[in-house]
Amino acid sequence: MAQTDQDLKEKLISSFFAFEEQMDLENDHHQMRDDAIKIFEEKGFPTKKLEEWKYTSLRPVLNSDFNLFPKEEKSLEYNDIKKYCIHDIDSYQIVFIDGVYSSHLSTTTHDKFDACLMSSFLNRPKYKPLVDKYFNQITPKESMDALNTAFSKEGAYIRVPKEVAAEKPVQILNFSTGSDEKLMLQPRNLIIVEEGAEVEVIERHQSLTENEVLTNSVTEIFLEKNAKLDHYKIQNDKQKASLIDSTYVKQAESSDCEIYTFSFGGKLTRNNLHYFQDGEYINSSMKGVTIIEDKQHVDHNTLVHHTQPNCESHQDYKGIFADRSTGVFNGRVLVDKIAQKTNAFQSNNNILIDDKATINSKPQLEIFADDVACSHGCTIGELDEEALFYMRSRGIPEKEARALLMYAFANNVLNSVNIPELKRRITKQIANKIGVSLGFEL
Amino acid sequence: MLQIKNLHATVEGEEILKGINLSIKPGEVHAIMGPNGSGKSTLASVIAGNEDYEVQEGDIIFDKANISELSPDERAHKGIFLSFQYPVSIPGVSVTNFIKTSINQIRKSRGLEEMSASDMLKTMREKSKLLGIDRKFLSRSLNENFSGGEKKRNEIFQMAMLEPKLAILDETDSGLDIDALKTVANGVNKLRTEDNATLVITHYQRLLDYIVPDVVHVLLDGKIVKSGDKDLALKLEREGYDWLKTETVNA
Repeated sequence: MAQTDQDLKEKLISSFFAFEEQMDLENDHHQMRDDAIKIFEEKGFPTKKLEEWKYTSLRPVLNSDFNLFPKEEKSLEYNDIKKYCIHDIDSYQIVFIDGVYSSHLSTTTHDKFDACLMSSFLNRPKYKPLVDKYFNQITPKESMDALNTAFSKEGAYIRVPKEVAAEKPVQILNFSTGSDEKLMLQPRNLIIVEEGAEVEVIERHQSLTENEVLTNSVTEIFLEKNAKLDHYKIQNDKQKASLIDSTYVKQAESSDCEIYTFSFGGKLTRNNLHYFQDGEYINSSMKGVTIIEDKQHVDHNTLVHHTQPNCESHQDYKGIFADRSTGVFNGRVLVDKIAQKTNAFQSNNNILIDDKATINSKPQLEIFADDVACSHGCTIGELDEEALFYMRSRGIPEKEARALLMYAFANNVLNSVNIPELKRRITKQIANKIGVSLGFEL
Repeated sequence: MLQIKNLHATVEGEEILKGINLSIKPGEVHAIMGPNGSGKSTLASVIAGNEDYEVQEGDIIFDKANISELSPDERAHKGIFLSFQYPVSIPGVSVTNFIKTSINQIRKSRGLEEMSASDMLKTMREKSKLLGIDRKFLSRSLNENFSGGEKKRNEIFQMAMLEPKLAILDETDSGLDIDALKTVANGVNKLRTEDNATLVITHYQRLLDYIVPDVVHVLLDGKIVKSGDKDLALKLEREGYDWLKTETVNA
């Protein structure tokens, strides 16, 4: 292992004790952290030797100069962050700056449902039964997850009680400034959607400066019977910001969970998105649009585990890669023997704009049931020449025709986005990103 | 309006067009007929500027300018329109948005302002009525899951919106039932003026019952072997192309 990795690992382990000192050692949580740091100590940072990390090296983003505990809350005004919020919709906002909760920028609630802080959830006795039931229950014992469990103390906590439809979406906004230093952040979110409840969540990680930042985020999501969640992840960060986002979803009978991941920026982005279906008639959807350039890297690692009959999963990931950017799609679908009548669809379509751009697409279907409809398709190509000619014959110049085709290719994923303002924004971002001035209003 | 002089074109090294001469004046309708593989669709593509075909020899003059070296979009800006035999579907772009983009790009090339939203809407309403197109149709993704008839109708709708000087209809009748054929032909006829011209490429005479040509050309093996009036089409329908082949060999 290279020295930097080793140095950062040692720094993390030795910092752990100091970190624990500040925390309440009497808390039950202490044992969990302690176990987690041991896992990290044993496994270290993942390397390309591991199958799951074959195409993504963390080495370029690990830095032993990372500050692990930013102390002061940098004061930001609403105007500093306004453009990163979907401000024209009415929503609850949970805002963090350098990992620290910003009360004056946030609007939380305990009214019809909870949208508040992980720290208060973990520390208040009244939440103890829920902590025991949900916290760290579905996070795998892998090194980055364990690292997060060991160090995380803040994040968003959302719980929508039985039969409640959240009246407005919740935005989880993580800003980093780093002031003058390099930062490593470990946010931790928990979302519980109880029986028959519904909520929409928008999650964003955004660096406000050019300082180096590595965010190692873990989100656990539970959907009880008939619950519904739409979760939108917006990843359009600055050039020196990297993100490892791990999201683990457990769904009960007849629940419906759709997670969208829009990856338009950042230095290195790794998305682990794993679904565990625990009941019948479940729908799990994952949709993603990746548009990157320069030397940016985005890795989608998905898993759907079908454990019961009559469930569905849909995966639709589109990628457009320019310059020397690299993409990875590793999509795993597991269908247990008992999970008959499973419908599992997976598609991953990519366009490489430049010769130097790379995509590694690897579908893995492991099906042990015999009465299922599973399909996967993966395409890696350039733009359709016939379509280009068609558009040009209608007077659309080549550059605009290419842009419009790419826009159409990516935009197709947005059809099912239910928040019109968000849809409009993402559409616009896609258009900007591709450099198309569309001849029509969005 | 259009003069094609001694046009030779190849695709992947194979010569398809072997010296085409053709002259079309404003207000005229010309038809090109010929058996499969004679080069009809190639001719349409080459006039529209498809870069898959290489022009080896000859010139295409449009409105007194040599357009042989122009890109497909530049030709469209000058007023050439090709209705495709197999229109391409573009999921994610609606019919309306595609046409708006197209119209505004053409206007831009002519130094005109973008068409106002209300004018656009008005024109769309007008032209869609002309072709019996439902408004719901306009918000669908371009050609995606369209039936054969819908695709062709959509091509003619675009033509109506763009108002080209020269419209080339490549096998517009294929895949159409008789009612759809009548609607499409009726639309084409209503769009005819003294200043524009139409080149109809077809396999069958039946379309020419509705879009009546001034001149009919027969294309055989990359050459126009005979030209005549609309009766030539009827003769071809009755007798096929064999008599022409013999005639060509004998000549």
